[in-house]
Amino acid sequence: MHELAVTQSILDIAVDYASRAGASQVTHLYLVIGKLSSFVDDSVQFYWDMISQGTICEGGQLHFERLPARLACLDCGTDYTLDSELVPCPKCGSSRVKILSGEEFRLDSIEVLS
Amino acid sequence: MNSVRVPVVEKILNANDQIAGQNRLLLDRAGVFALNLMASPGAGKTSLILKTIEGLSPLFRLGVIEGDTAPVTIDADKVAAAGMPAVQINTGGECHLDAVMVGKALESLSLPDLDLLIIENVGNLICPAAFKLGAHANVLIASIPEGDDKPYKYPNIYRGIEALILNKIDLKPYIHFDQDYFLRGVEMLNPGLKFFPLSCTTGDGLPAWLAWVSEKVHNVKS
Repeated sequence: MHELAVTQSILDIAVDYASRAGASQVTHLYLVIGKLSSFVDDSVQFYWDMISQGTICEGGQLHFERLPARLACLDCGTDYTLDSELVPCPKCGSSRVKILSGEEFRLDSIEVLS
Repeated sequence: MNSVRVPVVEKILNANDQIAGQNRLLLDRAGVFALNLMASPGAGKTSLILKTIEGLSPLFRLGVIEGDTAPVTIDADKVAAAGMPAVQINTGGECHLDAVMVGKALESLSLPDLDLLIIENVGNLICPAAFKLGAHANVLIASIPEGDDKPYKYPNIYRGIEALILNKIDLKPYIHFDQDYFLRGVEMLNPGLKFFPLSCTTGDGLPAWLAWVSEKVHNVKS
């Protein structure tokens, strides 16, 4: 449900950077989203089509790069990736783990016409 | 026309984070400790606020910001009835509070007259996790009837919190809740997290929570 607010932020950032680059149109947007970030791509796309209308981002294509959630076990040192839900270390069963990545939530770059 | 790649590398919610930083500055300057209270609907946010008012109003000057998705003032009315300054934020259907909404609410409170500000977020385990408000501590209330699997299903909200309350422990005899399983998930997401099992109905466990909040208020004051 917070995808509208998120989409608005993406639009604001893209318009800001594109204007500063003197661009006339934004054609592609490259987003990096970690697996642990709660975020529905389809929903963002839906809002994007609506709110980008009439801006220099209209028609710009969203690309979502989903990064996996990577964890490291603090007891045995095993690195592992979460497939779906949160699980303890698959090797030794320890819950003492560190989350290395998976919480990314950024706009990496845009492609513009100038 | 040339097609050019422009590097951005900006957090999507950066604008919100910055306003949250301004909110924090305002609170710090006024010496007010602020709590952002998050939970699913029905976990006991308002009950905990009322119990906290009851326990701490003899010691501190409290204020409350109530976030609701609709113009329903049930919660704000309860707080006002307890004699506390309460500001209602109607999010107009939005599922979370954001830093701009809280910033506006801060303007309508007399901060120098407060020691402790409790912000009741919208009942939701997904969206509030993404939006910083500028509070000093994010606190999550889980509750026995919600089930022991919530850290596994909603990992995000367990990540950015400073304390976790497990409410309704008086219902343990009636509901299957594997507390070890629950806490293992919490430990994976947020090692060493402050944990307060309590019941707003019986009062069990409340003193530890109140002591923690009191210490935090003193820290901001000093």
